Amino acid sequence: MSENLGMVSKITQKRISELLKQDKRIDGRGLNDYRELKVEAGLIERAAGSALVTLGKTKVMVGVKIETGTPYPDTPDNGVLTVNVELVPLASPKFEPGPPKEDAIELARVVDRGIRESQALDLKKLCIVSGKKVFIIFVDIYALDFDGNLFDASTLASIAALKNAKMKDYVIKKDGELEYKANDISLPLQNYPVAISTAKIDDKLVVDPSLGEEIAADAAITVAIGKKGNICAIQKRKVGTFSVDEIIQIINLSKQKAKEIGAMFLKG
Amino acid sequence: MIERRQFVTPGELLAEGDYNSGENTYRENKKIYASKTGLANFVRNNVYVVALSGCYIPVVGDLVIGNVVDMRLGVWLVDINAPYISVLFASEAVDRSFNSRREEMTKYLTIGDVVLAKIISFDRTKDPTLTIREPGLGKIPLGHIIDITPTKVPRLIGRRGSMINLIKRETNCQITVGRNGRILINCAKLESEALATKAINLIEQDAHTTGLTDRINKLIKKEKKESSIHAK
Amino acid sequence: MPNKKGVEKLINKKGRRIDGRKFDELRPIKIDVGVLNKANGSAYIEWGKNKILVGVYGPREVHPRHLSKYDKALFRSRYHMAPFSVAERKSPAPSRREHELSKVIRECLEPTIFTELFPRTSIDVFIEVLQAEGGTRCAGITATSVALADAGIPIKDLVVACASGKIDGKIVLDLSDIEDQKGEADMPVAIIPRTGEITLLQMDGIFTQDEFEKALQISIEGCKKINAIQREAIKNKYLVEKASIEPEPEETVNEA
Repeated sequence: MSENLGMVSKITQKRISELLKQDKRIDGRGLNDYRELKVEAGLIERAAGSALVTLGKTKVMVGVKIETGTPYPDTPDNGVLTVNVELVPLASPKFEPGPPKEDAIELARVVDRGIRESQALDLKKLCIVSGKKVFIIFVDIYALDFDGNLFDASTLASIAALKNAKMKDYVIKKDGELEYKANDISLPLQNYPVAISTAKIDDKLVVDPSLGEEIAADAAITVAIGKKGNICAIQKRKVGTFSVDEIIQIINLSKQKAKEIGAMFLKG
Repeated sequence: MIERRQFVTPGELLAEGDYNSGENTYRENKKIYASKTGLANFVRNNVYVVALSGCYIPVVGDLVIGNVVDMRLGVWLVDINAPYISVLFASEAVDRSFNSRREEMTKYLTIGDVVLAKIISFDRTKDPTLTIREPGLGKIPLGHIIDITPTKVPRLIGRRGSMINLIKRETNCQITVGRNGRILINCAKLESEALATKAINLIEQDAHTTGLTDRINKLIKKEKKESSIHAK
Repeated sequence: MPNKKGVEKLINKKGRRIDGRKFDELRPIKIDVGVLNKANGSAYIEWGKNKILVGVYGPREVHPRHLSKYDKALFRSRYHMAPFSVAERKSPAPSRREHELSKVIRECLEPTIFTELFPRTSIDVFIEVLQAEGGTRCAGITATSVALADAGIPIKDLVVACASGKIDGKIVLDLSDIEDQKGEADMPVAIIPRTGEITLLQMDGIFTQDEFEKALQISIEGCKKINAIQREAIKNKYLVEKASIEPEPEETVNEA
């Protein structure tokens, strides 16, 4: 994210660099180690679906709401997906109340692209009456405790919440009104993208940067990986640069990590 | 009257009658109540609470570890983990007269630097001011900083320095304790540093319990034994 | 929904409420203390199906600076509902209701805080309602005073809140969402338990004076029960294992 995250002192920066020279990280992890990850789904009964992801000391909650509304004119046969991020001020002394700023909007858009471009949700199946009435899926991302790498935590929590979501089964009547049945159905999910972020500090690449590493990093990149290891979204961040070789290396690592995390938390 | 070392929460009655209201307590009529969570205690007529959490409030003479966060003409602004940003005037940082209009301040200190400093003034109306013009004070060149709850610093130091000296002796680390809850560790070996960090974290976690010195001793002995087995 | 036919009766023949409670019975309440890392103090409360997270920052530098007060800390609170916390998705922009609640919550808690000890600073409270089921302001207030204690901010007492109201002509404690909507009156009350002072009182609906007095009475009784839960929650953070306590060092040396 941007420069507004606070700072790390020079001696901490120096320490991060010294340790990286020996391929070690400030919190004891190896370069390719992800922090401990926990996914709890269904905590918010009032939401259609919900998930709380704990990634080290970072905590993100996502709630999914399902409503009906009108489709976008250019996609009359598609349901609508809306991803919104609130960096709520209890998560960090740096977050302030008020409408989402640059950082929150970038985060929301990167998560949105991961879901949208991987066609995780089959939006066609969320159409009720072409051009008139469709289901709107709200994915509200709530950062609760911020210790770095909101991108991965938010994407994982979003997919887990979509997977957890239930709605009443329905039939579409002739007049386009919905008649709900007693049983529940799941959302039409067909892909489970996983976002993996990597930071570059002094020409070393570290996966899942903590807050200190995110601040110390020259550049960072988030890669969302979908089915069959396909790349479905990329966002390079911060003012530093990557070489092509580094990018290829990051993509290979991201594919591997995404597979592991997907197998652990999103399958079955 | 409460028992000694009783766990109390804000609003609980501590004493009634002829007592003085000490730290983290308040008096209403003839009764003394806790204003913070902690361990209540009394020495003679003085009733007080040893708080288990809370921010650092500067006290003149305290040694603190601060981060330089901003600069103005002739002053550095230093974050000392307190509700107030502290001020380091150039005259308290440089040994000779210093003309901040002519000389480059960043030559001495710049944003991101960490300093070991002493508080020389503070009151309700003015932000704390610092000095680094004393032996041992000044810019910290390297090391590992860990943060603990400032109210637990006395526990880390221990009676006449017993706890901190134990950790220093057993780990061979240089450890500097800032009253503001910032601890600087310098070690030749990463393993020793990790051990010292572990010990300090245990003190932070268990500051309110008994037998802590024993447990720290055991922790260090056990870890040292294990690492020597690994070394073979 | 407890009653599929649409609610006609809020109290059944046996005198039980829709969720099975007696007239003066609280919903289950659980409080966890110190759940967040970055905040200086925090608390999470589950009260019935209400789920609320509170974070406290401060005392800290005031932003923007011109709001700072020379003789005491500026106390601010923000009550905010997550978009997914209610049946219909709520816009994340604060509504008029949220602005009002932020204000009454601030005014309810401030008299217990020793703000005069921290001139020129701010103490900021953020209340995030993750799920709402009626009575969120009371649950938010109850959790906030616990979070203030967790932050080590000196306070006179733990403020505690609980609503009472009238449903089907009966005075009851701690209204759920449906009871609030279908009932005749709702009255959130917050007290400073040590002194019994009332620090928040709101009411909407119709009460006779007798009903009002009875409602106030059961709210205060409810508050006292909840106050015990608050104190227990704080204790649990520190005394998970029943460890006895060692005297603090009498004399300490500043180490360099």
